[in-house]
Amino acid sequence: MTSEPATQAPRKREYAGTDTSRLPVWQRALRWETGLVVVLVATLIFGTVRSSDFLNSTTGFYIGLNMGEIAIMALPLMLIVITAEIDLSVASMLGLSGAVMGQLHSQGWPIGLAMVAALVVGALGGALNGVLVARLGLPSIAVTIGTLTLFRGLAEIVLGARTITDFPAWITNIGVVPVPGTQLSYSTVIFLVLAIIFGVVLHATRAGRAIVATGLAPEAAQFAGIRVNRVKFGLFVLSGVMCALAGILFTLKNASVSYDAGTGLELNVVAIVLFGGVSIFGGRGTVIGVVLSVVIFGTLQQVLTQMQVQPEVQNIIIGGLLLVSVVLPNGGEAVRRLRARLRTGPHLARAPGTQRPARAVSSSDSGMKPEEKK
Amino acid sequence: MTTATSALGTRFARGGALLRAREVGIGVVLLLVFGVTTLHNHNFATANSVQQLLSGAALIAMLGVGETLVIVTRNVDLSVGSIVGLSAYVVGDLFKDHPGTPVILGFVVGIAIGAVIGAINGFVTAALRVPSLVVTLAMLYIIRGIDGLIVNGVIITSSNIPNAFIAIGFRTIAGIPWLAIIAFAVVVIVAYAMRSFRSGRDLYAIGSNPEAAALAGVPVARRVFTAFVISGSLAGLAGALFLALHAEVDVTGGTGYELLVVAAVVVGGVAIFGGSGTVVGAALGALLLNTINQALVASRVSAFWNEAIAGALLLLAIAFDRWLSLRVARGLRSAEGAHRDL
Amino acid sequence: MRNTRRLRRKVASALALAAVGVTAAACSSSASSSSGGTTSTSTSASSSAQAGSGTIKKGLLVYFIPKDTQNPYEVIADNGGKKALAELGGKVVVSSGTADTAAAQIPSIQAAIQAHANAIVIAGNDPSALCPSLNQAARAGIKIVSFDSDVTCGSSPDHLFINQANTQQIGESEVSLLAAEIGSKGQIAILSAAASATNQNAWIVYMKQELAKYPNMKLVSTVYGNDDPATSLQVLQGLLSAYPNLRGIISPTTVGISAAAQYLDTHKNLLSHLTLTGLGLPSLMRKYVEDGTVAKFELWDPGNLGYLAGYAAASLASGLASLTPGSSFKAGTLGSYTVLASTTGVGPSVVLGPPTVFDKANINNYHF
Repeated sequence: MTSEPATQAPRKREYAGTDTSRLPVWQRALRWETGLVVVLVATLIFGTVRSSDFLNSTTGFYIGLNMGEIAIMALPLMLIVITAEIDLSVASMLGLSGAVMGQLHSQGWPIGLAMVAALVVGALGGALNGVLVARLGLPSIAVTIGTLTLFRGLAEIVLGARTITDFPAWITNIGVVPVPGTQLSYSTVIFLVLAIIFGVVLHATRAGRAIVATGLAPEAAQFAGIRVNRVKFGLFVLSGVMCALAGILFTLKNASVSYDAGTGLELNVVAIVLFGGVSIFGGRGTVIGVVLSVVIFGTLQQVLTQMQVQPEVQNIIIGGLLLVSVVLPNGGEAVRRLRARLRTGPHLARAPGTQRPARAVSSSDSGMKPEEKK
Repeated sequence: MTTATSALGTRFARGGALLRAREVGIGVVLLLVFGVTTLHNHNFATANSVQQLLSGAALIAMLGVGETLVIVTRNVDLSVGSIVGLSAYVVGDLFKDHPGTPVILGFVVGIAIGAVIGAINGFVTAALRVPSLVVTLAMLYIIRGIDGLIVNGVIITSSNIPNAFIAIGFRTIAGIPWLAIIAFAVVVIVAYAMRSFRSGRDLYAIGSNPEAAALAGVPVARRVFTAFVISGSLAGLAGALFLALHAEVDVTGGTGYELLVVAAVVVGGVAIFGGSGTVVGAALGALLLNTINQALVASRVSAFWNEAIAGALLLLAIAFDRWLSLRVARGLRSAEGAHRDL
Repeated sequence: MRNTRRLRRKVASALALAAVGVTAAACSSSASSSSGGTTSTSTSASSSAQAGSGTIKKGLLVYFIPKDTQNPYEVIADNGGKKALAELGGKVVVSSGTADTAAAQIPSIQAAIQAHANAIVIAGNDPSALCPSLNQAARAGIKIVSFDSDVTCGSSPDHLFINQANTQQIGESEVSLLAAEIGSKGQIAILSAAASATNQNAWIVYMKQELAKYPNMKLVSTVYGNDDPATSLQVLQGLLSAYPNLRGIISPTTVGISAAAQYLDTHKNLLSHLTLTGLGLPSLMRKYVEDGTVAKFELWDPGNLGYLAGYAAASLASGLASLTPGSSFKAGTLGSYTVLASTTGVGPSVVLGPPTVFDKANINNYHF
């Protein structure tokens, strides 16, 4: 089997540095982001058509207010997915850190100290995930389902059935007023600052490239000197801290917290990251894509709610978008493969060993990497 | 040569025994939990309580069987919970709008709905090569939305459902609930198929090494598609049984089941990377998780501790599973080493 | 080659991030006149006008925001509200999320503000998380009415609570109803909805108070079924398993009581020592009352609750009602209602009426 048939399906892992005839990664990735821009513009136009003053600053403020915390959680999740792992415990950590902050504050701790404590809790939770996934090599999807339950359970133990509401008014204003001089909510501004930092780190520093390499080719990265385990551990800790930050903002925005804060948000965050063009196989994704995805989701929700579209239909639209976003790129390849099969004829396809068979499905379909041989 | 291969053979046999011991291990833990709790609270061992344990775990066990097939092939099906909800409601709606519907038709409709959704999942995953995590996540949203539109605020109540159907939810035969019997039958049938039929063993091959399986002539796409269809059908069946058990369904049917099922399956020893694990293990995992849940309540542990304990147990189970598979791998590797020395 | 690629990558990301920054700045610079980020169109008469004579304004837009869009009790209530506004020549928009969380209701409040609604009628999933958004709505001139589940926001914003029945009366009557059935003796438990639901917790407080009058009755546990049939069944089974000598269960939630009734219906042996009562919809409970599983339970007509809330909202928006205790307003076919003074934790409120006790004799008279 010397020559690959011209119609063979391209390899799943895009080793962009090795194949010079292909476009560099960033240019190919940018095409997905262009598509997102188109979708965003379409959504905005759609919103404006339905209601003439849709594009006012209040809408922007609301979108930012609603999506701020989710967006902040999406940034570290993006990095984790790029390393071909996943973190489903994000929303539970949001709830736990909010619960811790609320509980400590209600016991007399100054709000600043309570916030620091919440961040520490986030770091510890992230470290737990990191140890289990990076050190012990456990599958991240299973581990984070476990920690999802554990963190939520800890929040329940901390707060019980209570709702903490007495937060200082000057700080809970972040849920009501925008940052002075702009029409953006505090969480939006924090998110944008973080997005710029993440963008620079991911796309323009060695650390960022190490992260991409970890997801793209872990063994090669390891041999190249990248401490893959340390990278993953660090990302999970980072995720814990950022989710704690999101939890703090969420609690203060609502001026209240109960143990079920943020329940169910993890699926939203995962959907946003995937829709933003981050590949579940790892090794590919841009911050721009995630930012655009956040804005699209937020805008869509605003438009649809203002149009009085039922939330059930909104769910269908979100699911549909997610599905389309992955089917389109793969669907094109599937059609190509089908045409190739038809061209070479069915009789050849049946004899094993004489022709390279269709690419095995499900080799990493669920995005779960096979365990590395240590 | 022969001594090496026989040594290899013994190692394999011992490795196999170790894996099989997983199911036995779960059984042992199950009995332990049951025993300790009964010491605390004698009521835990009454007929009523045991029946509750069995029927409470039945639905998740059934979902676990389907999920095992999917996970063994290195995929995941997150849409099972919403399939349960949709199937339960549609079957209930059927009985409500057409009161004379025979009970068996209700089950057929439920399974059919699940099969259709499973087919969509399978097609997109297998034929279009889309990662199953994304597909089933998207379907979760879509099916929940469709379910909401169909429900439209109308709740199906026990007066809408024929008594014969509800009877399946609580009747017992020789003290064993019907639900448990049905779940048991499903487990036995699928376990037998997995072991004895070529197509069943193919699933393990696909999960262990998809490229090798494809080269060996396994029709990978077809097998994966079938796995999803079965998973969907079992979820549809579970939906119909959900309706029978609760005799009431609204838009919340089946919410959160997907995570419960994955947890049960993992506890039951099914490797999330595919290639190993049995449906018996998954069913036992479901039973164990439910028993622990009920045991905590029966021991009057504050309800607020339940979730944290469940999470901690799940992490322990995953870690233990990994330790076990490392031991097996090490055992096999040293056997190969012995072979190579010759 | 690598350097060019790195440079290209840096330039591209900088450009892209700049684009985002520019868009954000553009959004922020196109500020409307208000500083608080809210549209400050005042659409109704002054908020604290004395209740006066006059007619309800035509064409009012009222946003009903239930706990979620599928709760059957809330659906009936919302329909009552729609009926009220239809009689008044106004319009109701029902908007909420699918999850019973405050976060799911906030976009609906925002939509109401954007749509320049005249009033919001809301059933709060959380006592305080909605206050910031409702406050914004109030500052935009929208009247705030809460029903079913109140919000505790103090005076930010001022709002009128439409109580389905006197809170204390509900709590007390639940306990006395059960006590009468079990001979005022034995262990009892409460099967509630969500742990954070305002109305549930308010009733439970009064239940505990009333229990003090029955020294031989002991509340051993409160479990939360989250208004979800499956969870309600699960916590019920746990309850029965942990307390085998349980004599009575109060379930002040329509989903909880019907789940419990269904279980008792299929395990009739438990009825020999266990009694169930609570708040339930006659349509859901009819079967269980007729076959004797449940003897008595109570409720009120949720449609009337929504109808009253609709009239209250319209009256407030038209300046015909106010939050002053003692003032009154007309509520269509239900008659006239008087605003009650604030008490601890509850602002100005209006009470629909006493709860109705349903039993075998009268259950067939009710169709909701």
